[in-house]
Amino acid sequence: MVKISAIRWLALGAVLALGAPAVHAQQAPIKIGELNSYARQAAFTVPYRNGWQLALDEINAKGGVLGRKIEIVSREDGATTGDATRVADELVTREGAILLFGSFLSNVGVAMADYANQKKIVYIAAEPLTDAITMAQGNRYTFRIRPNNTMQVGMLVDQAKASGAKRWAIVAPNYEYGQSAAQAFKRLIQERVPGAQIVVEQYPALGKIEAGATVSAIEQAKPDGIFNVLFGPDLTQFVREGNTRGLFEGATVLSLLTGEPEWLLPLKDEVPEGWTVTGYPWDQITEPKHKAFVDAYRAKYNDTPRLGSLLGYMVVYMIRDAVERAGSTDTEAIIKALEDAKFDTVIGPVTMRGIDNQSSMGAWVGKLVLKGAAGGMADWAYKDGTSFMPTEAEVKAVRKD
Amino acid sequence: MTLLSVSGLQKSFGGVVAARDVEFTVARGEMLAVIGPNGAGKSTVFNMVGGQLRPDRGRVLLDGHDITHASPQKRFRRGVGRTFQVAQTFLSMSAAENIQMALISCRRQSGGLWSPARERHREKAVQLLARVGMAEAADVPCSALAYGDVKRVELAIALAGEPKLLLMDEPTAGMAPRERTELMDLTASIADTQGIGVLFTEHDMDVVFGHAARVLVLLRGRIIAAGAPDEIRRNEEVKRAYLGDEHALERPKGARPA
Amino acid sequence: MLALDPSFLAVQALSGLSSASSLFIAACGLTIVFGVTRIVNFAHGSLYMIGAYTAATLIPRLLDLSFGPMTFWAGILASALIVGLIGVIIEVLLLRRIYGAPELFQLLATFGVVLVVQDLVVQVFGPEDILGPRAPGLRAPVEILGRRFPSYELVLIAAGPVVLGLVWLLLRRTRFGVLVRAATQDRDMVASLGVNQAMLFTGTLFLGAFLAGLGGALQIPRVSAHTGMDLSIIAEAFVVTVVGGMGSVPGAFLAALIIGQLQAFGILIVPKSTLVVVFLLMAVVLAIRPYGFFGRAEVVGGSHAVGIASRKPLPGRFAMLLAVVAGLACLPLVADAYLLKVATEILIFALFAFSLQLLIGVGGVVSFGHAAFFGLGAYGAALAVKWFGLSMEAALPAGLALAALGAGLIGAFVVRLSGIYLAMMTLAAAQILFAVAFQWVEVTGGDNGIVGVWPAGWAGGPVPYYLLTAALTVVAVLLLRRIIDAPFGYALRAARDSEARAEAIGLTIRRHRWLAFMIAGAAAGLAGGLYAFSRGSVDPSLLGISTSVDALTMLLLGGIQTVMGPLAGAAVLHALRDWVMPLTSLWRLMLGLSIIAMVLIFPRGLVGTVRDWWEARE
Repeated sequence: MVKISAIRWLALGAVLALGAPAVHAQQAPIKIGELNSYARQAAFTVPYRNGWQLALDEINAKGGVLGRKIEIVSREDGATTGDATRVADELVTREGAILLFGSFLSNVGVAMADYANQKKIVYIAAEPLTDAITMAQGNRYTFRIRPNNTMQVGMLVDQAKASGAKRWAIVAPNYEYGQSAAQAFKRLIQERVPGAQIVVEQYPALGKIEAGATVSAIEQAKPDGIFNVLFGPDLTQFVREGNTRGLFEGATVLSLLTGEPEWLLPLKDEVPEGWTVTGYPWDQITEPKHKAFVDAYRAKYNDTPRLGSLLGYMVVYMIRDAVERAGSTDTEAIIKALEDAKFDTVIGPVTMRGIDNQSSMGAWVGKLVLKGAAGGMADWAYKDGTSFMPTEAEVKAVRKD
Repeated sequence: MTLLSVSGLQKSFGGVVAARDVEFTVARGEMLAVIGPNGAGKSTVFNMVGGQLRPDRGRVLLDGHDITHASPQKRFRRGVGRTFQVAQTFLSMSAAENIQMALISCRRQSGGLWSPARERHREKAVQLLARVGMAEAADVPCSALAYGDVKRVELAIALAGEPKLLLMDEPTAGMAPRERTELMDLTASIADTQGIGVLFTEHDMDVVFGHAARVLVLLRGRIIAAGAPDEIRRNEEVKRAYLGDEHALERPKGARPA
Repeated sequence: MLALDPSFLAVQALSGLSSASSLFIAACGLTIVFGVTRIVNFAHGSLYMIGAYTAATLIPRLLDLSFGPMTFWAGILASALIVGLIGVIIEVLLLRRIYGAPELFQLLATFGVVLVVQDLVVQVFGPEDILGPRAPGLRAPVEILGRRFPSYELVLIAAGPVVLGLVWLLLRRTRFGVLVRAATQDRDMVASLGVNQAMLFTGTLFLGAFLAGLGGALQIPRVSAHTGMDLSIIAEAFVVTVVGGMGSVPGAFLAALIIGQLQAFGILIVPKSTLVVVFLLMAVVLAIRPYGFFGRAEVVGGSHAVGIASRKPLPGRFAMLLAVVAGLACLPLVADAYLLKVATEILIFALFAFSLQLLIGVGGVVSFGHAAFFGLGAYGAALAVKWFGLSMEAALPAGLALAALGAGLIGAFVVRLSGIYLAMMTLAAAQILFAVAFQWVEVTGGDNGIVGVWPAGWAGGPVPYYLLTAALTVVAVLLLRRIIDAPFGYALRAARDSEARAEAIGLTIRRHRWLAFMIAGAAAGLAGGLYAFSRGSVDPSLLGISTSVDALTMLLLGGIQTVMGPLAGAAVLHALRDWVMPLTSLWRLMLGLSIIAMVLIFPRGLVGTVRDWWEARE
């Protein structure tokens, strides 16, 4: 890593010497705007902030980019679309941010994508998963790192084939992310598992589940497979209630994101064993680069990383790379540097596909097990995102640009 | 010359009969007092005439029009003005504006959205205030007036609707003795000159016997006596009703202006 | 098909009973506190949340001491006691000072406590949800008609009636209870009995907070303690107390039973209706019985006479108006794009707050759901753009019309009520609209809202849009001012000052108030439409409680006794928020404390205080 940085330094020096004689090392920092739901979604966003802070400190310790330090101006987005675009406007017009990244909730992500398009500024969606951000609502200014719903659901559905489950129940939070994931699931399960049907769908309001009633309504339809999109406090209640009433016994359960430490840790020893999930088995990933990241994170924060930590860390490095390749902070140059670009990340190579600005970052798919007093993942594998992405034809059919 | 005619009025709350077969009339220019011990049904009768309560039975006629079931607003339009036991004025407005508000409402202009209210009917309002001796205070906020003056303003508000019948619920409650006489003298002179019938309840026997042309005595919801003040004062049944307060009906000490 | 299975119905009904029980325990403290103090305590939900957090943190430590399963229940009681003490602190520090204040101030002050607690809870317990332990011995389910049912839910089902019984005994068999009941009937009487009122009120708050804490603590085996608990329970607890009749404990029990069953079965018929059902119930009950099941008409105190009073017109006010207009028009010459954006939003909120002034300051009608009209205006405009492809020029009037229509409809229900019931009904109306916007995903986009609501080309830049907003706001404010000074405004004030007098001079109070709702709604709708185009999107939070509270805070900050107060309040609050929020993560704490400080120290608001000072000097 040190070596690569040294080479970068040299390259940077060359750029400075040749291309921009007026640029000095003491120049004002490059400002990057960041916004997220730190108050409402603290379980995910606080580790995520730690992640990007770690990357930022590392980058600046090595001199930043284009000879300038990076400054991240971070704001609370209020977890609503209106507040988010307001804050975004402040970051762009008052703080002079050259690009924006962040946001957690999918609906906020969609609004941010629309904002980016309107104001012609690059927005990198780190977490929001809804397909819309890179499909129907996608635009050339909006990029996404994390594998989207179609990709993650695709990975799970592949695992479902073997189970033979045909009667499926869907339970998902009633907002953009949940609706988008449910839609992807309906489409993919019917494409890939012949004879599969959806027997019941439950959409509790985000953060307001009536777990008992929801579980018995699902139970009533006697599904042999359950697809879960709940997360956070809703998930905890649903799992407790479902465990107690035996909802999961004998059923194949596919669950989005439940293997991520942020949602797994609060379940403690009540982890529903045997669920097939996407997640992040950070302690079992042995690649040296990833291990270095984990060690640095633990040393700095005295805490274990969550998926948010990894994501925050990756995004800032990818932004650094893009700005460096663009050679300037100009929006068009950055877009050019992002489109179809390959990035070398702590989890391996990731490509930003040009037609929909969706990165090929994958996910870890495995089964939940109880290890001592907490849950973890077993039989997992990292699935690269490339083969699960929507096809070019699908993208072209829905995108307006 | 009958202005108000009440017949067979009855009202009960739960099992308690608060008014039973109440009948009386008020003529133009006449001042009729309703008295009775606490709980006799004065307020019930009064509020049935004023429109705050619906009678179970009976009729209320004003100038021959049946107003038994009319709302307070409709009664106002038919010519009923009233004052309250605790004076009710608009405390956020000046004395003149209080009267202006009544004049505006009287002319059905209260839905007006454009020209300022404070310029409307100002002269008429000051005239009315002058009639109750309050012209000086026209621009004083009602909240800054002494209680006796508020009562006068309230009387002027009631007069702004050019009422045929004036209802006054304990008009002198909470006032100093001298103020009481002044207010009632004023009322009597206005009633007399304009031919307004006045129906009032009162605790103060000085006021009752000094100003009422006729007196109506209620006991347990029934009229037990009706007549001129002197007849009432001699009535044995009335005396018994006021047992325990034997001096209540004695002729007031000292002469009073007629 | 679902309805034919008796065992399923039984289990569903049991689920409904257990939520009813939980809801009753959470809400009955609220109704007792209201009965005695006449304060609608928004912070009740916060106490409930503290109860859950305390129990989820405390009980695992107690269980570690291994004194057996009783420690679990002891921990629940201990948590409730702790919350009870917090209730006492709130009473002594805050509530004691505002018993005589107008309802609006009380609601806002307790909402200030909600904001403070939200930030403090994160500081004390950390940002993550805390999953509490399960009750020892109650982990396994029981079989009911061949279906499994969590045994802890059975305990909860029993807990409701037990609490009801104990509260009943307390109220019937103790001197404290006699006093509480007497105070609920007639507060003045208790004062005249020579009772130590301070002790009675403190005791009542302890009881209320204890019950809230108990309600929260009992939830930990089902729900993890999380930061959204306060507002989600308080909305339902309000409905329970209002539907049951404020101050009536049995009424609260009955209301909770009905709501529990409605939710359990409502989820089967219309899975996405959960939020609407509860508030619809409240609207229906209040429409039929204006004081709930067992409530009685409030004795209206003197609290209505707060608001705008007549003043002499200032000399030189036309010059001042011209100066303000000129200043607004010249702002783009000096301000950068961001400042213009802030100025645009300030103007929009000024109009929003000003429209509320017509209801509260002029009409004395405490609307706690003014966001309904702001949101309707915003949604009306956004829907017109999205579904009918209208341009901004047509969409803004569409939003205004929708808001006026909504205000007409809501107003028709609301003007029959008074005091706290009116405030709660407006809140319910806003919540119903919020739920519709949130759950009618096909039309409103649900939580996603509607994006792509950008102004027409000619108004697209910051300068033109600012100028457009400034022009519309100035015109609307001047029109409203005119209305306030016109006979109509005076008639509203007359009805506010004295309903009896207003009726006696022939004013049709309800009709005037109804019209006031429509005018205020239209103005708020215009503000909402402008806001939608300023941000490019709408979302349900525009209809939420916090938007209503924003408007009230601006009003209070500026001063409800002044005509121009809300404009100053909007400017100050928005500027403060814009300036302070990026600097601190404790914004809610600061906002909450400032609201409380305003209620206690500057009840006349900024403009009112300055004016009083000015007049005292002359």
